[in-house]
Amino acid sequence: MSARAPKLEVEGLQKRFGGLTAVRDVSFSIQAGEILGLIGPNGSGKSTVMKSILGVERPDAGSVRVDGREVAGWPPHRIARLGVGMVFQHSRPLYRQTVIENIILGLLPDRLMHLLPLAATDARARAIAERVGLAGVLNRRPSTLPFADLRKMEIAKAIARDPQVVLIDEPFAGLTARETASFAALIAEMRADGRAVLIVDHNVKSISALVDRIYAMHVGERIAEGTVEEVMANPTVRKVYLGGALETAARPETAFGDAQTPFLEIDNLNVVYGKAQALENVSLHVHQGEFVAIVGLNGAGKTTLFNAVSGLVPYAGDIRRQGRTLRGRTAATIARDGVVQSPEGRELFGAMTVSENLDMGGHRLPDNVRAERREWLFDLFPVLKERRSQTAATLSGGEQQMLTIARALMMKPDLLILDEPTLGLAPVIMEQISKALARLRQATEMTVLLGEQNVTFALPHADRVYVLEHGRIAWEGDPSRFAAEAGARYL
Amino acid sequence: MLRRALLSPPVLISLIVVVVASTLPLYVSGYVLGLLTIAYYFGVFSMAWDLLFGFANEVNFGPSFLIGLGAYTAGILDSLYQPPIALCVAAGVIAAMIGGLVLALPALRVRGPYFGLTTLVAVLILQNFVVVAASLTGGEIGLTVPDVISIDDKVNYWIALGFMAVSGAILYGLSRSPVGLILEASGQDPVQAGALGFNVVKHKLAAFLVSAFFSGLAGALMAFYLGAASVGTFIDVTVGVQVIIGAVIGGRRTILGAALGAVFLVALGETLRPLGDLATFIVSAVALFVVLFFPAGLLGMVKGVREAT
Ligand SMILES: Nc1ncnc2c1ncn2[C@@H]1O[C@H](COP(=O)(O)OP(=O)(O)OP(=O)(O)O)[C@@H](O)[C@H]1O
Ligand SMILES: [Mg+2]
Repeated sequence: MSARAPKLEVEGLQKRFGGLTAVRDVSFSIQAGEILGLIGPNGSGKSTVMKSILGVERPDAGSVRVDGREVAGWPPHRIARLGVGMVFQHSRPLYRQTVIENIILGLLPDRLMHLLPLAATDARARAIAERVGLAGVLNRRPSTLPFADLRKMEIAKAIARDPQVVLIDEPFAGLTARETASFAALIAEMRADGRAVLIVDHNVKSISALVDRIYAMHVGERIAEGTVEEVMANPTVRKVYLGGALETAARPETAFGDAQTPFLEIDNLNVVYGKAQALENVSLHVHQGEFVAIVGLNGAGKTTLFNAVSGLVPYAGDIRRQGRTLRGRTAATIARDGVVQSPEGRELFGAMTVSENLDMGGHRLPDNVRAERREWLFDLFPVLKERRSQTAATLSGGEQQMLTIARALMMKPDLLILDEPTLGLAPVIMEQISKALARLRQATEMTVLLGEQNVTFALPHADRVYVLEHGRIAWEGDPSRFAAEAGARYL
Repeated sequence: MLRRALLSPPVLISLIVVVVASTLPLYVSGYVLGLLTIAYYFGVFSMAWDLLFGFANEVNFGPSFLIGLGAYTAGILDSLYQPPIALCVAAGVIAAMIGGLVLALPALRVRGPYFGLTTLVAVLILQNFVVVAASLTGGEIGLTVPDVISIDDKVNYWIALGFMAVSGAILYGLSRSPVGLILEASGQDPVQAGALGFNVVKHKLAAFLVSAFFSGLAGALMAFYLGAASVGTFIDVTVGVQVIIGAVIGGRRTILGAALGAVFLVALGETLRPLGDLATFIVSAVALFVVLFFPAGLLGMVKGVREAT
């Protein structure tokens, strides 16, 4: 390692939210041309560390030095101008502007008299778009972009300012293996350009391959630091973050009693948005108590399929529940009869507390059942219990995801639809959810329809798998055959 | 990009409309001209409001606070000392900009509805001041402004039209310029804007000042056109509501739409005036209808039709 001063030095960083110390005595430094990985369970304070470095959250104590300059306590725009850029955990594009305008924004100087657009700015924005792979969608609006392109746009905005220190919060969440690889390549390029990179992600495999060193946190504090091997082998890290391997337990289709009329039948489903055919002749069935995974890349049509089942989008074809058609029934009555969707977009009530969000989910249950159910969920997600009087909007990304799933479970669904439930979850939480689902499977007749592109999570739980590609069912079978017959694109 | 923005359909259409409008004095009555003169000043009020709401994302319920400051300061100065009109107008503009700063302070501290409330309070305070300081302001009877810019209807009409056209060009140009983009980013997501290195406070303050500049200027010019200023024409909350509704039915975040909406609203109100109280009701109903069914406003409606075909 060179003797030069580090690009970024963090020392004794501390951040409190009311009574909660989200970050406590965190210290590390990053050299130019180095990537430091920051890992830890959900809510351990990783995003807070990043926000405190950039000044979006004001640190309560400690020092943050950029190129040797003390910046703790500065407003974010001044820190950003010193050369710190951040890719936020959740994309926050300007929705009314096009992709190219969003990137141009990143290139503009902070001056009031900048009235005429420069051709050079436009050209640079195009070059950056080209580099991150957005050249084809320059004039589209963010709301029409697939998820991966939205994330690319955030990266494009961040590199537009040519930052020397780049903070990247969960770049791989929600991306497929191939997209993850191309993102990792972009980040490796930043290292090659001599930038100092701090990166947070729960995709342990990709992080391990990318970073130079790792810093692991738990409840706001350091638990380990060092090379990838050292940290991953650390017993505390294994216990609080990595957890054990997921267990598989597929049941054969003949094990389900409703072979004649499966619990859910979908026949020749077609959904068209404007000119785009989102689903084409999709037929599938799910037995009572069965766990079926729909595997598909971003934009393959998973969410559209689930929305059709929930009665949220118009469709052609037929969807039957226990032999009776759902056509013509409103989304509200479908939900009331026990088809509950845990949406990808989270859709929590941001200003309400965790408890209130859960009670909204269980508002139709008798008081004692609701209380019992809530205790059970708190048992399943202990962190939600600790955070029960915190508003949902201030939860960490993973905590929000847990709350979404918990709220869906609160409704005692007959059919639970989980849309990308693992987005942003630490491995150990995935294991917990996985165990909970296994327990549910034994204890109740709940049927589960899971949409995932994270096949490492989907396969172990599923009794059966459908692969959805470009709105069509491309493969169907049991998980043991998946790897050999359909896995190439997903594993 | 600039060239594309300058030759975009809304700009071309606006240009044609202004050219046609400038020929109106040759064939319409003085009554219609007078009406349109007022309507054009309202067009500027609405455009200035749209810059704050549509771009800086600040819901200002008190546009009439800025307008009233401009009108009354200019008017009072003229009634007391009769300096050159330009000086009175400049004083009105400065007063409005100071008012803009006063409004901006709470805006940068409290969010959304609370800020809206403070702007309403500002209007009420100004209104009360005018009533209480009657010896200076004319109180409830109103203030007589001794000088007028011109006594010729046509000249007054052309001044108002030209003023609206120039203000519209500047405000629209600003909204489409790089700083306009930064302002919109600051309004939509201040955290992100800060993270990109933009001083959100600076940009929002600038937006308040620009909005106040045009509101105050329009207010002062209108006072000199009317030769009078009263609470009912410049400060009352209903004036502010009319400015806001004009911008909203014209099309939020379009600037040009705001002028269209304001003119439409004044014209509609006047056409229906023979109906008495029923007129207010119909105007409100139309506004509600547009807001509910065409949230993008009149301009959005036109755009929607174009995109659908
Ligand atoms: N504004 C806030 N008010 C109160 N608590 C907060 C606030 N912001 C964050 N927290 C809490 O601080 C803790 C750390 O949050 P942070 O977002 O840093 O976690 P994280 O490590 O990024 O988690 P994840 O992996 O789930 O994204 C969480 O428990 C969260 O609930
Ligand atoms: Mg986080």
